[in-house]
Amino acid sequence: MQVSTQVEVPVPPPELARVPLVANNRPLGWISDAVARISEIKTPTWWWIAFGISFTMMLVCFAMIAYLMSTGVGVWGLGHPVMWGWAIVNFVWWIGIGHAGTLISAILFLLRQRWRTAVNRAAEAMTIFAVMCAGIFPVIHVGRIWLAWWLFPLPNANNIWPQFRSPLMWDVFAVSTYFTVSVLFWYLGLIPDLAVYRDRARTKVRQFLYGLFALGWTGSNRHWSNYEKAYLILAGLSTPLVLSVHSIVSLDFAVSQLPGWHTTIFPPYFVAGAIFSGFGMVLTLLIPIRKLCGLEDIITKRHVELMCKVTLATGSIVGYAYGMEVFIAWYSGNPYERYAFWNRAFGPYWWAYWIMIACNVVIPQLFWFRKVRQNMLVVWILSVLVNVGMWFERFVIVVTTLAREFLPANWGFYAPTWVDICTYLGTFGLFFTFFLLFMRFLPVIAIAEVKGVTPQADPHHPLGGAREGGHHG
Amino acid sequence: MSESVSKVYGLIAEFETPAATMRAAEQLRDLGFQRWDVFSPYPVHGMDQAMGLKNSKVGWFSFIGGATGYTLGMVMIWWMNAADYPIVVGGKPFFSPFSAFPPSYELTILLGAFGALFGMLFLNRLPRLHHPLLKHRRFALASHDRFFIVIETADPKYQPEATRKLLESLGSTRVEPVEE
Repeated sequence: MQVSTQVEVPVPPPELARVPLVANNRPLGWISDAVARISEIKTPTWWWIAFGISFTMMLVCFAMIAYLMSTGVGVWGLGHPVMWGWAIVNFVWWIGIGHAGTLISAILFLLRQRWRTAVNRAAEAMTIFAVMCAGIFPVIHVGRIWLAWWLFPLPNANNIWPQFRSPLMWDVFAVSTYFTVSVLFWYLGLIPDLAVYRDRARTKVRQFLYGLFALGWTGSNRHWSNYEKAYLILAGLSTPLVLSVHSIVSLDFAVSQLPGWHTTIFPPYFVAGAIFSGFGMVLTLLIPIRKLCGLEDIITKRHVELMCKVTLATGSIVGYAYGMEVFIAWYSGNPYERYAFWNRAFGPYWWAYWIMIACNVVIPQLFWFRKVRQNMLVVWILSVLVNVGMWFERFVIVVTTLAREFLPANWGFYAPTWVDICTYLGTFGLFFTFFLLFMRFLPVIAIAEVKGVTPQADPHHPLGGAREGGHHG
Repeated sequence: MSESVSKVYGLIAEFETPAATMRAAEQLRDLGFQRWDVFSPYPVHGMDQAMGLKNSKVGWFSFIGGATGYTLGMVMIWWMNAADYPIVVGGKPFFSPFSAFPPSYELTILLGAFGALFGMLFLNRLPRLHHPLLKHRRFALASHDRFFIVIETADPKYQPEATRKLLESLGSTRVEPVEE
């Protein structure tokens, strides 16, 4: 039977009351309207311009890949001793970017950070498209691309299977699992929001397509119960997944014997760097989106500030890792290790090292200041610099070590060719083409989740219809 | 088929606030209704208890998926590198659970995630693109800002007039029949 007699819940004093996550006390329906509007209005001109540029750049990427395939990896700046050039730098960079999406969707969910609801959908989309860009590079890097299936657990012409002691093999499993699980998680979150779009659809095509992908979602509480459990489990699975993916990527380096790569700090250092660069990209994307799409009440300045704080924290971890690397190189007493780090800072690639230090360690320290975190333009510029810095970090790791390994007879200097540069820029085209399509046709905000964190959605809150004293019973 | 012959699927009662819906759900649970449901635009915290729902079984699907993934990974790597075509790498044993762990770990997560998503869809009997409620003209608001309680005619306690009166007395602003 009914258990509750009136339970008196004291109302907190106004100075302790929580700032609502959705600004201006917007009603539940407003959230649907504000988000769905983006894909219901006439396509804005800025969208067409951005899409045109991105699409052209994507075609450039495909043309570069075709040129590479038809000619060979010699069109890149690769050559002895630097056989891992921009392709691997870009691979690690793009996949690192994806990590913030999973951190927001999974780890912040487990930590009950309710502000994540405003940013998780776009961040997860970013993850998926970033992993797509990342996945291109190892495949086209193998040289004879028609033999890329050797990466898969299939027997080759001599009936030999791939050998699983190689971290490169682990990487195949890590990255493909990461992509698949990110898509599943993203789609799971999309189901109720696709139902919102279906219920609002005015044209037959929209009704059919959104209806098809919404799978007949009704918002039944019996369904929500299973849905929330599945969401929790996916968050629980994605958390160790995201930590393992960049750890395994770092093992591609750390398991080798080269000075500068063969270190145990790599897994945590890579994961922190990945989340740092990912938050940089989330800010780079979301600050324009909140303006262009009129979502300032959902992605508030407070959300941006919180993301700046995560960037500051992870940037500081990365800075600590840089310091620790140098210390361990000195402390190891190993002349090769010592030389590797001296060479990074003062060798032929000194400029890359100091760009990395400036962008990743020094610049994020500005986020200590509230004034900086509150200024959207400044935050956006700093977030772009974070991305630049993290790209240079990967460049420093990959290139400086390979260019100067043990024997001076094996030394060399690496520089990219125009094909390297155009391929890399082309992946931005790919990324933004998909991102713009996502913005135009799918809900950029997790509508149902944002509704769930408003006070009017809480049955124990007066705005949710609770009686005096804050209890529904 | 004419209007008069069409079967009634159930009664749909509309509510304005989550608290009102939850109060009504608690009453219906205590009255012993079986085939009824609450519909909301987002998962309402505490509604599972208010409806008397048991803990979801999705976890089992995920567990079975994960266990399958881990076993599959270990057995696959053992079979490929130690049984079918043994390869010597650095004079180490043909099979080692340590180097086989990372791919098996990833497969655990992969199949566990498939288990969670497909387990959820299976338990919810989705996809189901045709549902009597989806044809109801006000039901689209269930994904917008309204809350609904539906009692099916198939419920053993359902009585056309009494159930309607009950829903009205529970604070519903509008009670209507839903056709099959």
